[in-house]
Amino acid sequence: MNNHVEVRGLCVKAGTTTIVEDVGFSIPRGEVLALIGESGSGKTTIAMALMGYARLGCRIAGGSVRVGDTDVLSLDEDGLAALRGDRVSYIAQSAAASFNPSRRIMDQVVEPAVNHGRLDRKAAEAKAVTLFRSLALPNPESIGERYPHQLSGGQLQRLMAAMALITGPELVILDEPTTALDVTTQIEVLRAFKQAVRDQGATAVYVSHDLAVVAQMADAIVVLNKGRIRENGAAAQVLERPADEYTRTLMAAARPERAAVDAPKATAAPLLEIKGLNAAYGTTPILRDINLTIARGATLGVIGESGSGKSTLARVIAGMLPPSAGSIRFDGAGLPPSLSMRSREQFRRIQLVFQNADTALNPAHCVGEIIGRPLAFYHGLKGAAATRRVAELLDLIKLPASLAERPCGGLSGGQKQRINLARALAAKPDLIMCDEVTSALDTVVGAAILDLLADLKRELGLAYLFISHDIGTVRAIADDIMVLYAGTQVETGRRQGYHGVARHPYTDLLIGSVPELRPGWLEEQGDRPAPPAIGQPKDGADLCRFLPRCSWRVGGTCEEFTPPRHRTPGGNIILCHRPEGASEGAS
Amino acid sequence: MTNAIRSWVKALSGSGRLGLVLVVFWLLIASIGPFLAPYDPGAFVAHDVFAGFTGAHPLGSDYLGRDVLSRLLSGARYSVGLALAAALLASLAGITLALLTAVSPRWLDEGISRFMDTLISIPSKIFSLVLVAVVGSSLPLLLLVASITYMPGSFRIARSLAVNLAQMDYVQVARCRGEGAAYIAIREILPNMIHPMLADFGLRFVFIVLLLSGLSFLGLGVQPPDADLGSLVRENISGLGEAAPAILMPAIAIATLTVGVNLLIDALTGRGRRMAGKE
Repeated sequence: MNNHVEVRGLCVKAGTTTIVEDVGFSIPRGEVLALIGESGSGKTTIAMALMGYARLGCRIAGGSVRVGDTDVLSLDEDGLAALRGDRVSYIAQSAAASFNPSRRIMDQVVEPAVNHGRLDRKAAEAKAVTLFRSLALPNPESIGERYPHQLSGGQLQRLMAAMALITGPELVILDEPTTALDVTTQIEVLRAFKQAVRDQGATAVYVSHDLAVVAQMADAIVVLNKGRIRENGAAAQVLERPADEYTRTLMAAARPERAAVDAPKATAAPLLEIKGLNAAYGTTPILRDINLTIARGATLGVIGESGSGKSTLARVIAGMLPPSAGSIRFDGAGLPPSLSMRSREQFRRIQLVFQNADTALNPAHCVGEIIGRPLAFYHGLKGAAATRRVAELLDLIKLPASLAERPCGGLSGGQKQRINLARALAAKPDLIMCDEVTSALDTVVGAAILDLLADLKRELGLAYLFISHDIGTVRAIADDIMVLYAGTQVETGRRQGYHGVARHPYTDLLIGSVPELRPGWLEEQGDRPAPPAIGQPKDGADLCRFLPRCSWRVGGTCEEFTPPRHRTPGGNIILCHRPEGASEGAS
Repeated sequence: MTNAIRSWVKALSGSGRLGLVLVVFWLLIASIGPFLAPYDPGAFVAHDVFAGFTGAHPLGSDYLGRDVLSRLLSGARYSVGLALAAALLASLAGITLALLTAVSPRWLDEGISRFMDTLISIPSKIFSLVLVAVVGSSLPLLLLVASITYMPGSFRIARSLAVNLAQMDYVQVARCRGEGAAYIAIREILPNMIHPMLADFGLRFVFIVLLLSGLSFLGLGVQPPDADLGSLVRENISGLGEAAPAILMPAIAIATLTVGVNLLIDALTGRGRRMAGKE
């Protein structure tokens, strides 16, 4: 009885299909075990089984789950209800979808403790406030009075943790709790989780697909593939000396090698040139003063957190949102601002690939129709010639030609994304804009798409505008990188320029927030220094957007004046009052 | 083809199959009913008025001594045929206008939508009564009245579907490709709204059967000597006290027709939802 949680020979079936087969592991009290694998590997199913729960249509077909002295699978409905949310609690992936939008936060957070009779309402609220404080939430006394829509995703995720921890559970299950968050938020949430779980002395199961995040959280790692355990060992061993072939594949995909070929020498006339671009939805400004150039055959990576305006930039270039100011020149000629003013040739040369292939492919059309339409539309290809070209394109994206007859509904996420790409290629464009094309995919599948993009670029001489929130992905494919923050271009430069120390404070935060693939990284980071005190920001001035979060801000300057652009020693251009950006130096 | 139909029927639920049987039965009656009628529907063939079930007159006789079975067999085509035509007209017009608003500039969308709201705000029975009273009842007028009455509802549903679909990524992709509005409406949006619109079509059909029966019951629908199911109920209303088959049978006919269509639609939409859930 040394181990707190013990799983033996667990099998979960859906109908006759086996989802989880013969899975067994044990967790000593107070330790964190990570379940890691791609989507469909059964990691969430196993996590649910720890609570004696199987999703609709599934059933636990065999094995045993022991938590403390309780044999979970032998409990009846009442026993399970007493166990769940009290001794075993669950933190779901999307906290935003897990809170009831019509009730105040406090009512929902204290619910488990009150329902299970652990605490009365008053004591539960006091405990909740203590938890809010230890999870580093702002205004811990009053945050419970607010409604879910008034809070950010990162805050909700931490509130969800407070709800899970309020009964003092002995086992906490965290199911991809940071996957939907920006990296800069993720690091704070991870730190809060780790601290809170340790304070409670709880045992935890952490479900994730991200090895680097797992490295920060787990004492032991179980690697899953297709419902079976591939490897089970201490975190350090699995990460440093993986014994299994599949684990090594995952590790390789987690940190993409530089897949891109170097850009050809910049020719005299750039392919795309944007000057002083501003864009707004209605009266809300989204993009301010964007300047960029993309050479023929080059790749520009655009990076920023959600809401930074990266997708809007692609929409403006595609003509879906006319800019409110500034010019876009394509191949030496001005590009008309709106869709209705562009010629078919202009449409053909710029193609946009959407993030989510599930919604970007019309479910009513088959694969051949989807890829064939640009062929007919731009190149007038019909009949046998079109069929042949569709087969060629499918071959180019490494899919069998027999797929052409299939509706796109039954294809896998990776296959859909390839078809999404093939549709853009069918137009024979000069520039492809990829909007988060790997974000919805598993790491291994996403890495394969990146390789494909690099191959296509080499073979066809394409230029890319590559949008992502993940700096690792952008570094792997881009020649130049542009960092967006709240619609302003805070840093631009060659990929190599981002290795230097002098960079914009936001870029610094962004790069510093990406977890490294080794245990102990999170502890080394320490707490970010609080932003230095400054005066009241001047009303009406066009100030730095990053000012409220900046650890390097300078009192007397940053809150008074519009930041200028500086060139750093690394050759990048940053929008900051400090010429040396986020590094020590005479200012 | 027959295999496809067989597996399609197999996938229906029990109540769906019952609905299918009723719908097929009424479509058959509507198309070949007049040829099956044992008597001339207008001829006075029975000695008795409001006779019960007899060998010579299986469904009895009506208030003038005409054969109810024959009148029912001949009258069904007015109810079914007219309602089918009116429902088709209403749905097609509604969908076409809805697609137009989904891809057209805002002012046109507003214009069409407000016009439809105006139509919706007119009570359908009163509207039909006024038109029939002014122009006089005829088959084309009934068709027009029924389709105009039910077109705005069809438009409303089709528009909300089309406007949502127009925001989908694949429609945005088509826009960025430079596709015209007609292509986007017909090839990208329309195929994805067919299923719910079919269900809506069935519902509208039922409503129109009831509207036409109601009008006929008021004496404003199909005019004598022809009679649809509604007028059969009305003309035999005095037989109600005697529980004459002459009034029960047409009422049962209306009930089975509308219930059958409803059962079939419910089965279809339920299946559509399940299929959507699987993807």
